[in-house]
Amino acid sequence: MSGLVLNNVTKQFGSFTAVENVQLSVPHGTFVCMLGPSGCGKTTLLRMIAGLDDPTGGAILLDGEDITKVPTHKRNLGMVFQSLALFPHLSVGENIAYPLRIRGKSREDQKKRVDDLLSLIHLSGYGDRPVSKLSGGQRQRVAIARALALSPKLFLLDEPLSALDAKLREAMQVELRQLQQKLGITTIVVTHDQREAMTMADTVVVMNGGHIRQAASPIEIYRKPADTFVADFIGSTNLIETSADSSGDATIFGHKIPGLTLPSGMQKATISVRPEDVHLTTPGNGAISGIVTFVRDLGGTIETFVEAGGKQIVAVSTPRARPNVIAGQQVGIVLAPDVCVVLKQ
Amino acid sequence: MKREPPQSVADYGPLFFPAGMLLIFFVVPFGTMIAVSFFQRQQGGFYTPAFVFSNYERFLSVFFGGVLGFSLMLAITVAICCVVLALPFTYLLSKMARRLQVVWLVALLSVLSLSEVIIGFAWSTLFSRTAGITNILVELGVMKQAVALSPSFGAVLTGMVYQAFPYTVLVLYPAIVRLDPTLVEAARTLGSSPLRAFFNVLVPALRNTIMATLIMVFIFALGSYLLPQILGRPQHWTLSVLITDQAIYQSNMPFAAAMAVFLVLVTLGLVALTLLIGRKGEKA
Amino acid sequence: MTNWLRRLYFFAIGLFLALPLIVVLGVSVNEKQTLAFPPKGFSLAWYSEIFVNPEWRSALVASVLLATTSAALAVLIALPLSWFLWRRIAPWANIFQVLGIAPFTLPPVITALGLLTFWATTGFYGQPWTAVIGHAIFFVTLPLVTLSLGFSAIDRSFVEAAATMGASDRTIFRTVILPLILPYLVSGYAFAFVLSLNEYIVAYMTVGFTLETLPIKIFNALRYGYTPTMASVTILFVATAAVIFSLVAKFGDLPKLLGAMAADDK
Repeated sequence: MSGLVLNNVTKQFGSFTAVENVQLSVPHGTFVCMLGPSGCGKTTLLRMIAGLDDPTGGAILLDGEDITKVPTHKRNLGMVFQSLALFPHLSVGENIAYPLRIRGKSREDQKKRVDDLLSLIHLSGYGDRPVSKLSGGQRQRVAIARALALSPKLFLLDEPLSALDAKLREAMQVELRQLQQKLGITTIVVTHDQREAMTMADTVVVMNGGHIRQAASPIEIYRKPADTFVADFIGSTNLIETSADSSGDATIFGHKIPGLTLPSGMQKATISVRPEDVHLTTPGNGAISGIVTFVRDLGGTIETFVEAGGKQIVAVSTPRARPNVIAGQQVGIVLAPDVCVVLKQ
Repeated sequence: MKREPPQSVADYGPLFFPAGMLLIFFVVPFGTMIAVSFFQRQQGGFYTPAFVFSNYERFLSVFFGGVLGFSLMLAITVAICCVVLALPFTYLLSKMARRLQVVWLVALLSVLSLSEVIIGFAWSTLFSRTAGITNILVELGVMKQAVALSPSFGAVLTGMVYQAFPYTVLVLYPAIVRLDPTLVEAARTLGSSPLRAFFNVLVPALRNTIMATLIMVFIFALGSYLLPQILGRPQHWTLSVLITDQAIYQSNMPFAAAMAVFLVLVTLGLVALTLLIGRKGEKA
Repeated sequence: MTNWLRRLYFFAIGLFLALPLIVVLGVSVNEKQTLAFPPKGFSLAWYSEIFVNPEWRSALVASVLLATTSAALAVLIALPLSWFLWRRIAPWANIFQVLGIAPFTLPPVITALGLLTFWATTGFYGQPWTAVIGHAIFFVTLPLVTLSLGFSAIDRSFVEAAATMGASDRTIFRTVILPLILPYLVSGYAFAFVLSLNEYIVAYMTVGFTLETLPIKIFNALRYGYTPTMASVTILFVATAAVIFSLVAKFGDLPKLLGAMAADDK
């Protein structure tokens, strides 16, 4: 298969397992974001793909070839480091030309490629400047250009935008995504910022505790989280305990949710309902009853905190889409069966 | 390129030359010296392999006890003088503008690198009757007649403090530069005068550094060899002078080696003490 | 401390450091061969004497040769060692770092006597090249310290970045590490050079009877009385050291080299 395949990749540091039996296949030209809390193993996984760390088990395949034992400098990749790692003793142009220079490319070839790349990153004419004279965003782009200088098979980025301020970061996310689509290069980005992942990725890989919890498109990750960790980590959600009655229908706090059934054989489950899918009405009519404890009016949206069955449930809606309630008032909660995601325990 | 333990013989490659040089030309000579210290001396400057303690027994005499005592006393005095002079100096230096700091550092390094011969010669000139400092005092009318100030104990001490002062500053410098400046500022806001803040806040905060520096300067001063000869009388000679004298002029290598081994033991004991103080400082 | 008190203190220290050198400068320009200060008459003859008088000239040549070669050898020992310690995980190899620092920390007479017994035992006693090795071992501490400092200042991601771009270990050393370590290498060499130029006891005990370096020459001359050439040589040495350290300060970060890591924040 063309693209990158991780086969049971494992990394142990002493008795600590940083990455365990990771299985992933990335088709050619895909943009993948690895997302997870710090210490989840995402950076270790990226470093193993780059050959900067050796896996203690499993294999890494690139375009069908096993590269597990191939040293970094023979893997033909481009990588952007968190610190950017631009060489301070070289100018902008020399930094970008570095991979060409060490391969003995002619001066004209180097210059032509550097000029092309500089215009690609909108920094034409900056070639002779020292790296230290650039702004954060410009350095970022130089690091990207340098990594792409050889048209690598694989483009890896480790928290590439973390040093930039929020506004610049969002602009760079769009720019990076457009650049990747233009070049059609297989790209893997490690990040802890879910907005970043949702903005850029074809596939989001959510990791925790050295395992991949889910790998899917951003919308699927959001709509159909695979487990409680993913549901909770991506956006905010209500996790509610459910049990099945004798006919297999799900009940919440003693209320039957019409049309929602648990998979056969499952007695108890946790369901995830996004706050914007929680519908508030007047009490009665088979709705779950609860008491409003707090209202946070953010202008564009209103968050309503409701206590029901001893649990707190959050509902988010636009001001007009919900009855006008205040703290202490009784409300009814309606959960449509198609917005409830039954999660693995 | 991974940072990992060496995998093959080739990975050890860079180590071969440095390790070989240090083993052959430092460890082996050091071992040779220790071996020779147990050898039997022959008349006429030769020695034969043996295992005797007579070389060590020899300096249990009053004479060598006196020399050792004087060497230690001199080195301690130099160390104390240097630290007392250098501590406020280094602190104020670290507060200076960077350019001025660099100028002082260049000057200190230049003096530090000066040969003992040159320092000895310069001070003996300054202390001489014909070209010395007393001539200036005569011109000023303070003294009636120019006199020679060396050889004397004061001259030896001055020369050695001169030699060790830049060393002391450079040992203190990193610790003082890294000192948290808010420490003194906090004391100032609490109403301390600058001088009080220096003695009540800085000196206690630097207690371990000061102890370690005293020991470092002590070892440095212990190595002084030419200054006692140029600026002092024979009774001001140190163990270093005696070792050279025995090795070169008396041709008694085993005895010189025994004294050197003894000097190493004293030094290593003090280095161990420095490390111990440093460790205690980290815990505190 | 009030401002004028601080100035007075710095002035006193400065005077203490400079006074002997000022007096030597004064006597070095005396017209006649007398030790007099303030100088009687003015003449630079004693400076040209260093280069004209065959004895002083050969001592100068010997000293410069010894300093150039021994400092180079010291750097050749220190560079691969500090590179290895930085590049590999080999805690046991730190013993060589300790061995490299020991000769400089112990009283010099010990290294001198060790080398004397060694050369005497191996039969090379008095050969001029033994002094080169002796000084290289004695002063290897200086490049070792500056280079270790230099390596610790290199961000490891530079090396990893170079590797991802296709550079082999050897290429990385040539194109990334060497350019970044060069200032530390040069200052390590400069420190070793200046100290070797001034070193007396190791040179004296290993080759003192066959090779006369400038410090040895001065001391030997001192025993037979005074000659103004000593003064001019002294000034030459101080000037050389000041020029070299100024150059180090100009092209490198002297406070940082001397261990002040906080220097960047100022």
